[in-house]
Amino acid sequence: MRTIVFDAPGWPGHRAGQHLDVRLTAEDGYQAERSYSIASAPEDDRLGLTVERLDDGEVSPYLVDEVVVGDTLEIRGPIGGYFVWVPADGGPLLLVAGGSGIVPLAAIVRHRVAAGSSVPTRLLYSSRTLEDVIYRNELERVNGAAENGVEVVLALTRETPDGWTGYAKRIGRDVLTAEAWPAAERPLAYVCGPTSFVEAVAGELVGLGYDPARVKTERFGPTGG
Amino acid sequence: MDASESRLDGNAVGGVLAEIFATEMTASMGTCAGCGATEPVGALHAYVRAPGVVVRCPHCSSVMIRIVRDEKDRVWLDIRGVSCLEIRRAED
Repeated sequence: MRTIVFDAPGWPGHRAGQHLDVRLTAEDGYQAERSYSIASAPEDDRLGLTVERLDDGEVSPYLVDEVVVGDTLEIRGPIGGYFVWVPADGGPLLLVAGGSGIVPLAAIVRHRVAAGSSVPTRLLYSSRTLEDVIYRNELERVNGAAENGVEVVLALTRETPDGWTGYAKRIGRDVLTAEAWPAAERPLAYVCGPTSFVEAVAGELVGLGYDPARVKTERFGPTGG
Repeated sequence: MDASESRLDGNAVGGVLAEIFATEMTASMGTCAGCGATEPVGALHAYVRAPGVVVRCPHCSSVMIRIVRDEKDRVWLDIRGVSCLEIRRAED
């Protein structure tokens, strides 16, 4: 896992939740292209991508292991107008992340904070271990700052540190019942993670009475690379 | 691999659709020719780990869109499975 931050001259700006395509071209002309969620907020000076290295990938090993300061990347974007959030969309906002699915949701949290929005926001984030929690320090800071009005709830599925008082299980119906906004508040939900995670969580939210049209999903299949 | 685990959202093909239609397409509404359901393109099911891209209806699984690109500059678009596509015009 690595976060790359870069300048993008001519970049038209983006909305939180959008992604971009990175294209690599080999010396023989062979091209490989992959989509990555934008991690940075629209307010940030530079674009940020957080890339998970997939061993059999064509693009991610290069971005994680080889890119150095001064390199140039070919990008296309921003892409997407569906899995995006702007303050005018309102809330209450429920963000549910599985693993690296945190990336576009972190962009939403960053935008929510940077824009000074007061939309009640709750982030539920499932990770295997505490060490696997991406942006951990930042999320703890955001969660601790009362003025932000952003709550972060972690669920660890594989291993918990000594003294862990948070959830030590998957985000299933019981966790969602306890932590998600009641359906009567007409929440706006964004769910991002591996396909099976997204489908399970989205299904439970609809089961809890969430309006399917207000449960937006972004599946991160094993297609990244 | 379990086929369901390779299922992505229409968001995943936003790039290639933007290339074809020259505008952002994932917020556009597409109506399934199979069952008549209407959903944002970003909420359709996309299968991209194949020689081409296949987009299916999340309700009835009918194939709505197929896209194949070659190594150079050609792209083939089959949208027989979409009875109507509501495209947002670019804002002035």
